[in-house]
Amino acid sequence: MVTPAHFIALAVILFVIGAVGVLVRRNAIVVFMCVELMLNAANLAFVTFARMHGNLDGQIIAFFVMVVAAAEVVVGLAILTSIFRARRSASVDDANLMKY
Amino acid sequence: MSQHVLLASPAAQITRELAFWILAIISVAAGLGMVLARKAVHCALMLAVVMLSIAVFYAMLGAPFLAFVQVIVYTGAVLMLFLFVLMIVGISAADSIIETIRGQRLWAALAGIGLLVLLSLVVGHAVIGPATPNTRAFGAGNVNSLAHLIFTRYVFAFEVTSALLITAALGAMVLAHRERLTAKPTQRAMARDRIASGRPTPLPGPGTYAQHNAVDMPALLPDGTPAEISVSPVISGVLQPPEQPAPGGDTASELPALEAADTEPEEARW
Repeated sequence: MVTPAHFIALAVILFVIGAVGVLVRRNAIVVFMCVELMLNAANLAFVTFARMHGNLDGQIIAFFVMVVAAAEVVVGLAILTSIFRARRSASVDDANLMKY
Repeated sequence: MSQHVLLASPAAQITRELAFWILAIISVAAGLGMVLARKAVHCALMLAVVMLSIAVFYAMLGAPFLAFVQVIVYTGAVLMLFLFVLMIVGISAADSIIETIRGQRLWAALAGIGLLVLLSLVVGHAVIGPATPNTRAFGAGNVNSLAHLIFTRYVFAFEVTSALLITAALGAMVLAHRERLTAKPTQRAMARDRIASGRPTPLPGPGTYAQHNAVDMPALLPDGTPAEISVSPVISGVLQPPEQPAPGGDTASELPALEAADTEPEEARW
């Protein structure tokens, strides 16, 4: 019997994988992908809670998260391409001009 | 309520359970693969696997609308955008394995384990009840119920979303726009450069012989010597390691570099 607890556990595991990816990877695009994985894990938890409580508010929140994530990806990738154009690198270590 | 009866039948239960476990294993494995894969394209494909399995989870949890939105928006639009940017940035941009911060991997792994323990404790303490009985809102009437909620209780958030999307589109256009620093070359200027380069004709094609009929075979000049410029630098770069990598990434700027030594200085493109 698959209960909502199973889905929550899966969401936790996926979220942690995404968080470790953000910490470990240095290609900025892959870091973005890991952020997307974390957002997806949070969405899975929202939809599971909606199913558990029997109302649709969780699904609405997940829908809005998807919209915000799409906007974030568009702006983030535009920033990445302009950084790559200026510096010929997509590594997060190379963009360090504003370091003190 | 026939759907409810269908879901409660033992065969449907077993199918549901089987689907969950198979997809859970696949999605966790793909997530780990995404973190561990060296090449960014492999990461993107792994992420596609995770997102498609999450779409199936949404369908299992009574969210058919979100399942389709997940496939269309995430797998269709967002991941394709990732792949487009990967093509722009360069497909060979593999992560270096040298740690710039000492012990970064170790501390990241420790932080990950700590986060996992913390979240597991939180979830373990929370009371996660069973799923409520299936209603129409989680089945055939899902889209109608969601639309009703969006246009009544969440209408303000929905309107703000439109402002966000317009801002994002505008920001992407402004960020991705590039000012042209030099004047656009006219046809006259291009023709003049072509004559001045010493080779007004197109490059010769590769050799076609009785035994070798391939694009990697150089053509023979009238005196019998092979013409190296008849082979595309992309192909000769694949077959043998390039002696000096060209500073520019694109083949258009590499072509004049491989020609005779008296060519015009290569223009700085960036």
